[in-house]
Amino acid sequence: MAESYRRNQWSHGLFILPYLAFFTVLLVFPLIWGMWLSLHKVDLFGPGRFVGLANYVRVFGDSVFLQALRNTLVFVAFSVPALVALGLFLALALNRTTRSTSFLRGLFFSSSVLSVTIVTLIWRFVFIPGDGLLPVIFEQLGMAPLNFLSTSGWSLFAVGVATVWWCLGLPMMLFLAALQQIPVDLYEAAALDNASPWRVLTRITLPSIARTIMLVTIIQIVMQFQLFGQAQLMTNGGPNGSSRPLVMYIYEVGFVRWDLGKGAAASQVLFLIILIAAMAQYVVSTRKTEAGE
Amino acid sequence: MSASIEINNVTKRYGALTVLDNISLTIKPGEFVVFLGPSGCGKSTLLRMIAGLEDVTDGTISAGGTRVDTLPPGQRGVAMVFQSYALYPHMTVAQNMAFGLENIKLPRDEINRRVALAAETLEIGHLLDRKPEKLSGGQRQRVAIGRAIVKEPKAFLFDEPLSNLDAALRGRTRLELAQLHARLGSTMVFVTHDQVEAMTLADRIVIMHDRKIEQIGTPMEVYQKPATRFVAGFIGSPAMNFIPVTAVGYDNAGLSVTTGGLGTLQTQIQPQPGFSHDGSTLGIRAEDVTVLSDGETGIGLTVEVVERLGDRTLVYGALDDGTKLTAEADGRSAARIGDRLQIRLDLSALHLFDAKGIAHRLEGV
Repeated sequence: MAESYRRNQWSHGLFILPYLAFFTVLLVFPLIWGMWLSLHKVDLFGPGRFVGLANYVRVFGDSVFLQALRNTLVFVAFSVPALVALGLFLALALNRTTRSTSFLRGLFFSSSVLSVTIVTLIWRFVFIPGDGLLPVIFEQLGMAPLNFLSTSGWSLFAVGVATVWWCLGLPMMLFLAALQQIPVDLYEAAALDNASPWRVLTRITLPSIARTIMLVTIIQIVMQFQLFGQAQLMTNGGPNGSSRPLVMYIYEVGFVRWDLGKGAAASQVLFLIILIAAMAQYVVSTRKTEAGE
Repeated sequence: MSASIEINNVTKRYGALTVLDNISLTIKPGEFVVFLGPSGCGKSTLLRMIAGLEDVTDGTISAGGTRVDTLPPGQRGVAMVFQSYALYPHMTVAQNMAFGLENIKLPRDEINRRVALAAETLEIGHLLDRKPEKLSGGQRQRVAIGRAIVKEPKAFLFDEPLSNLDAALRGRTRLELAQLHARLGSTMVFVTHDQVEAMTLADRIVIMHDRKIEQIGTPMEVYQKPATRFVAGFIGSPAMNFIPVTAVGYDNAGLSVTTGGLGTLQTQIQPQPGFSHDGSTLGIRAEDVTVLSDGETGIGLTVEVVERLGDRTLVYGALDDGTKLTAEADGRSAARIGDRLQIRLDLSALHLFDAKGIAHRLEGV
């Protein structure tokens, strides 16, 4: 039995070959090609010449890139905590089995299945000056309506609101799954121990789902650093680039201006930023967990 | 400090389903009471109602004379040891034990003193900085008990705390619990489905069945004078033999009982007025059925199964009319399957149960 198993071992690889092929062609190869492109001056007209780190120098010297980087960092700094906190809040509030909570869970998750086009369309209706929902509310309250989509600073905020509304479903479901793994008798023991709701939350619930909090945070960091569709469709990166994220910058450089080498260099910078941010979160969380032990 | 617990006409319903029906009992201060019964009888539900983890549908529960069924769990003055221990996984042993005391804002010195004392009592002082995942099952259980002890409760509640332990550890822990009770003198309420735990630990046993209390008594009382057929069959291993009664005769000495396989037996039982033999059953324990030596004459029993336990031999057989009967023989018995043995019954150890399963016995005995 063991020998025949060894003899057939190579054939086990056939099961993963299709996925491996797609993974290599669509992920590994473009990753390496992107790194190669970033070291070359490439455009529509030729195969490109090696320029070393010149593209990176151009990227970091480009004020538009720096603005896009700042926009993206601000966006991630606000949207990720909002998604984690709101997702956790909703999960805690809906962590019981009643008809109303089941309905509300479905309702809050339903936005996640919409496409970015529908989401941005809905939120344009909310923010659009004149007949949009928010301007109407402002008018009813006697306040001067604010043109969110065309005001510097507020445009990124509007994109953030739409993003949080769209992406809230997954964090909520992940937290719900984690909360339901916590044994009920821990809460019963806490009730017998006179624990207040705050003590139960901070000493029992949150430590029990610490790993899920870390997972959700890392997933959201990776996702929100790649903000593109909402910004392009709602504000087109404006006004004056105040809501232009990094991916939109890369798109404009690479596919509008066809400066493929510079676009690839910017992509590598984004890749590195995401990697560092996710690893930093992981290391900090792991250290906290170990310190607690 | 220990207190009495009074349970008055308590009923528990989940919608249309009644799981406890008009339960009343009083537990004296310092008493070790065991709730014993098969799965689903309501014993854990009753314990959880005392703890405050389940609401009372009807009736009241008091501890130390104070009504507690309207109070939250943490304010009833009781401490509970769960079957799964329910230790907080992200806290050390010391933090687990101190958690409840911190919540009631006890001074840190007092918390440390109580934790150290409980740790010393339970011999877990060297484990105080460990987390539950690094403890064995027995150690976790001691920590769970320690978490209860530090609260200095009016009563300790144990919900099948020995179920998750292996047999050897269960036996040792049973002894330690008995010693703990002797040392603390606290009121203890213990839930189990294991009659050995009940018989060895309890001052009194509350036997529950089908939402009601079948009998409350000392271990010897429930063993020697079971109030119902259920109690008689539940307590004791092997289970009591039950033989259907076909006829009875009354005289001054007591009831003469006729069964299919045993013939007519002269008992000392004085049944209550209104007793009818229709559907009644005669009960006798295996240790009261003696296997006679070769040459002696008694009642014939054909052996079907033999269990050799070392100190005794259990002989499972059938009487001439096919009625099953279990007898107990000496550990060195040579009985084999197919043998025809002669047995004799201890007539003073007979039990009579009417059609409703109620025991009838000699008045005053």
